[in-house]
Amino acid sequence: MINKTVKDAREAVKDIPSGAFLMMGGFGLCGIPENCISALLERDIKDLTIVSNNAGVDDFGIGLLLKKRMVKKMISSYVGENAEFERQLLSGELEVDLIPQGTLAERVRAGGAGIPAFFTPAGVGTEVAEGKETREFDGKVYLMERWLRSDFSLVKAWKGDTAGNLIFKGTARNFNPMMAAAGKITIAEVEELVPAGELDPNLIHTPGIYVQRIFQGENYEKRIEQRTVSSN
Amino acid sequence: MLSKQQIAQRIAKEVKNGQYINLGIGIPTLVANYIPEDLEIVLQSENGLLGIGPFPTEEEIDPDLINAGKQTITMVKGSAIFNSAESFAMIRGGHVHLTILGAMEVSERGDIANWKIPGKMVKGMGGAMDLVASAENIIVAMQHCSKSGDSKLLPECTLPITGIRCVKKIVTDLAVLEIHKEGGFILKERAPGVSVEEITQKTAGKLIIEGEIPEMKF
Repeated sequence: MINKTVKDAREAVKDIPSGAFLMMGGFGLCGIPENCISALLERDIKDLTIVSNNAGVDDFGIGLLLKKRMVKKMISSYVGENAEFERQLLSGELEVDLIPQGTLAERVRAGGAGIPAFFTPAGVGTEVAEGKETREFDGKVYLMERWLRSDFSLVKAWKGDTAGNLIFKGTARNFNPMMAAAGKITIAEVEELVPAGELDPNLIHTPGIYVQRIFQGENYEKRIEQRTVSSN
Repeated sequence: MLSKQQIAQRIAKEVKNGQYINLGIGIPTLVANYIPEDLEIVLQSENGLLGIGPFPTEEEIDPDLINAGKQTITMVKGSAIFNSAESFAMIRGGHVHLTILGAMEVSERGDIANWKIPGKMVKGMGGAMDLVASAENIIVAMQHCSKSGDSKLLPECTLPITGIRCVKKIVTDLAVLEIHKEGGFILKERAPGVSVEEITQKTAGKLIIEGEIPEMKF
């Protein structure tokens, strides 16, 4: 079996250049590649384009990359939790492309699956549809959307093996599997890395074919955005 | 006039046994508290879960388990986890029966605006555009008027819209209304103590009143 293991986050992201087109898994702060983001912060690169459902918070996740002015453009569905993001957007330092969440997920899925375009009902008649081709199928109007593919996809899984097979946990799965498939080079960080053969093949969420580099992450903070508890 | 809790309580009466339901952030989230226990329903969270349970206790909190509002949650028995593409496949594919969401404006044709106020911060549409483009039944929970007193039920939306001709029913603090397929808000019920005259005065779009309008029952 091909061994995809690299030593750590620093080695995994060492060749990501300025201007790279990246994808980062996660929904809010759930399932984000914490170790890769930390390692990117040590790099002297800029003008990154990042596809990620959200943009982190001011002092965690992608918010840290924004604060260091490493990001040129965000492609996201919802960016409401980040004051630094708002400041850069309003001052024109940062470009943002807001995309319906399902369209974002499908554009990434299509990228990994080799489908250059598809039709969706989401956004028909709204400003999202401006400049895009529409077509009627069986009496309903749909919007054509293009695939998305990345230079590097940074994903986070719960368990992985040295062959790059991944298993996610809970709602930390979210965008990670599609982004893994849509990356020219996909870097997976996992909480537990095991030798090939130790994961049950029936339970693999992302097959190792999509993963080029894998390492065991450390010191996961897993910050919670909205800590809600029941009273009883 | 209804409180937010009472709006949620009235909407809960629309829920039918066996439905898969997506609840938006705000008043819609409260609807879960009023669904009768003898109904078997499943709540979908668009970040990848069917079977949202109650908020966890301190001991149960799991950072890898959140809802679309990024709140920590639990799962009910029989839950399923999936990725975001699968989540919106089941939404666009029409498998989610009922979507309940908030709005800034609704037009008499059933257009909805709830994602952007030009000139102010734009946070993004999240999954709202996918949901309203696809669900077979969409109920809006909102106040009848804005904080400045302007009607939110309009002939045409003035804000950037989220979806066209998709809203079926609206429950506000004053009334229950349905969208007429030719255009117009059909007044179905009044909030206790609220007159038809007041609802007429506070509805900017075309209001259709047929016969006696009953008060809501809880």
